[in-house]
Amino acid sequence: MARLHVVDLERCVGCQLCMFACHRRFGKGGLGKSAIFVRSRGGMSRGFTVIVCRACEDPPCAAVCPVDALQLGKKGGVVLQPQKCIGCGNCKDACTIGAVFWDEDANKPVICIHCGYCTKYCPHGVIALLDKEQVDVTA
Amino acid sequence: MLQHEPLQRVLYIDLSRRRFWVDYRPEVFERYIGGVGVATALLHEECPEGTDPLGLDNPIIFAVGPLVGLFPMASKTVAMFKSPHTGNLGESHAGGRSAVSIRMAGYGAIVIKGASNTPVYITVFNDKVQFHDGRGIWGMKSNLAARALREREPGSGMRTIMRIGVGGERLVSYACLNTETYRHFGRLGLGAVFGSKKLKAIIIGGKHSLSVVDKKGYKKSYDEIFKQLLSSPSLKKYHDLGTVLNISHLNKLKALPTRNLQSPFFEEAEKISAEHLAENYLGRRIACTHCPMACIHLAALREPYEDESYFYKTTFTSYDYEPIYALGAMLGISDVRGVLRLLDEVEVLGLDAITTGVVMAWTTEAFQKGLITGKETLGLEPAWGRYQTYIEIVKNIVSQPNRFYKAIAKGVEYASEIYGGKDFALAFGKNEMSGYHTGYGSHLTLLAGSRHSHLDSAGYNFDQNFLGKENLSPEAYAQRIFAEEAYRQILSSLVICFFARGVYGYPTIAHLLKIAGFDLPEGDLKELGEEILREKYRFKLREGFSLDNLRIPKRILETPSPYGELKEDFFKQALIAYKRFFQ
Repeated sequence: MARLHVVDLERCVGCQLCMFACHRRFGKGGLGKSAIFVRSRGGMSRGFTVIVCRACEDPPCAAVCPVDALQLGKKGGVVLQPQKCIGCGNCKDACTIGAVFWDEDANKPVICIHCGYCTKYCPHGVIALLDKEQVDVTA
Repeated sequence: MLQHEPLQRVLYIDLSRRRFWVDYRPEVFERYIGGVGVATALLHEECPEGTDPLGLDNPIIFAVGPLVGLFPMASKTVAMFKSPHTGNLGESHAGGRSAVSIRMAGYGAIVIKGASNTPVYITVFNDKVQFHDGRGIWGMKSNLAARALREREPGSGMRTIMRIGVGGERLVSYACLNTETYRHFGRLGLGAVFGSKKLKAIIIGGKHSLSVVDKKGYKKSYDEIFKQLLSSPSLKKYHDLGTVLNISHLNKLKALPTRNLQSPFFEEAEKISAEHLAENYLGRRIACTHCPMACIHLAALREPYEDESYFYKTTFTSYDYEPIYALGAMLGISDVRGVLRLLDEVEVLGLDAITTGVVMAWTTEAFQKGLITGKETLGLEPAWGRYQTYIEIVKNIVSQPNRFYKAIAKGVEYASEIYGGKDFALAFGKNEMSGYHTGYGSHLTLLAGSRHSHLDSAGYNFDQNFLGKENLSPEAYAQRIFAEEAYRQILSSLVICFFARGVYGYPTIAHLLKIAGFDLPEGDLKELGEEILREKYRFKLREGFSLDNLRIPKRILETPSPYGELKEDFFKQALIAYKRFFQ
């Protein structure tokens, strides 16, 4: 199963089309439940950072969940079981790169499920859905 | 409108009493959509007749529209106010993260009234609105104030940081409001209105979801629009080289105002062209939120310090056609490094680049003709191409050390009243000219347009499209300019970037509005565009504007355009024809 990768950060223009795409999966506009995030590196002249789940093989977010609401994916990453989640936020604090976002309305985490919908809307080749064998481990 | 549509919420902020409140105004948004339509209605409500533009009563109104956050390139914010530069209708648009941030904070419009006694900045995060002590950032350059705020306040990536430079603080009538460093509410002096309220900055951000009427239809229509945008030729053009490609294009056409429009042709234009900039200086391209085009081009200028070897600084400056025209060709500067340095100075001090360039072009000619001397300029000797002198003049425009610099800090219309040189004072409706000497259309747009901006109705497009094919009559020009400006009121009410206008025609707009929960058929949209334009004109006429006594600068009649020498009578006839649309 393929995973979402940030293939070249330097090509990011900061348009945030990926964030809107992620949210649009649910047929809604806006950004309230987006699982990918783009911000400048301290002013736009310095370029941008794209923050999204890296599909860790041994994910810290799942390890700290007190109710096992984050089920391990077959090839890394996690899938939220919303009925189990108690909204404690441990997962959010545990993610080193800040890729666990928060849905304020539902009080639950929002984590990328690696569907790749956002990649269709990145006009500049920043993100891609890649199979394990396609990933350049030195990149 | 959908029941919980956040667009209908208008945030009112009173700086005098440090209070804020939210009113639900669905009727205004249902009637006027958003953006310029809603802002015009709010301006009529909030700005009393004869208001002092730098006084307590002048409101600052920001408005966005229903498609923001839903569809790509609906990414502009419209600002309206009474202009301290023209003493009349003030309207300016900017992108960056501003529009999406206002919509995601849960508002359709923000109205700022009153004034603070001490420097202040405001943060708006969803329903939380706070007034903060601004003394620590007062007197700071726009980029440095933003750096401090960026680090102090939350919401990185999901916020807009609108701020002024020292130009706005010191009430230069053409000071701009900067947003996200590289976009501007550039024209007509919004920066000075901020300054008069002691308002250094406003930060707005939030996170919302937006509902639509038809979820499937929404995704389908999004994909269609997205596909069309990606295949549009203008998108590629402006993504590749940027708007500055017009330098070469207009120069070839002999329509590039050069040296205060003493010439329509700059013999060294190649050195400040898009191609030259891209090859040697382009360091990065960036985009406004929700825009696939990424037309913002940043030049990386690496410069050594003169006092110490191996000590360098690298400055990133955004370049567009208009600033390069005004601070390059108009001042006869062909050293592109000099143009970038000058532009950077204008940026960090927070002035409108177009007006600043035209003001200094007038100053140069007035100096050459002896209307002003070293006594006025405090020893500076402005001369075409001498960018170091122009950097010093820019600083003086902001610091205003004598009567002359105080005068040019109010623009060429004002300065030429005192010092003479009206014939070559290139202002239209008191606003300095933009970079198109293409023919009648261009100048008619500047004369008759509601904000005297080339973007009002882009008459320069008609000039170029009809060149060598058909000579339009004055009446035909008037008709086209009116129809185009009316259509653009709809785009500006939806706050769609004009670069996307090829994709967002009336039928598409009507369809997308339906998805967003607004029922406005195509026919109604056309009428509404005209109504909004007439409402703007109603404000202008109330504040003393008249199409009858517009000054036509002699210089545009003397310097040949691609249509040859332009005739004053033609302009007068076209203006008479234009006036009929408002009777």
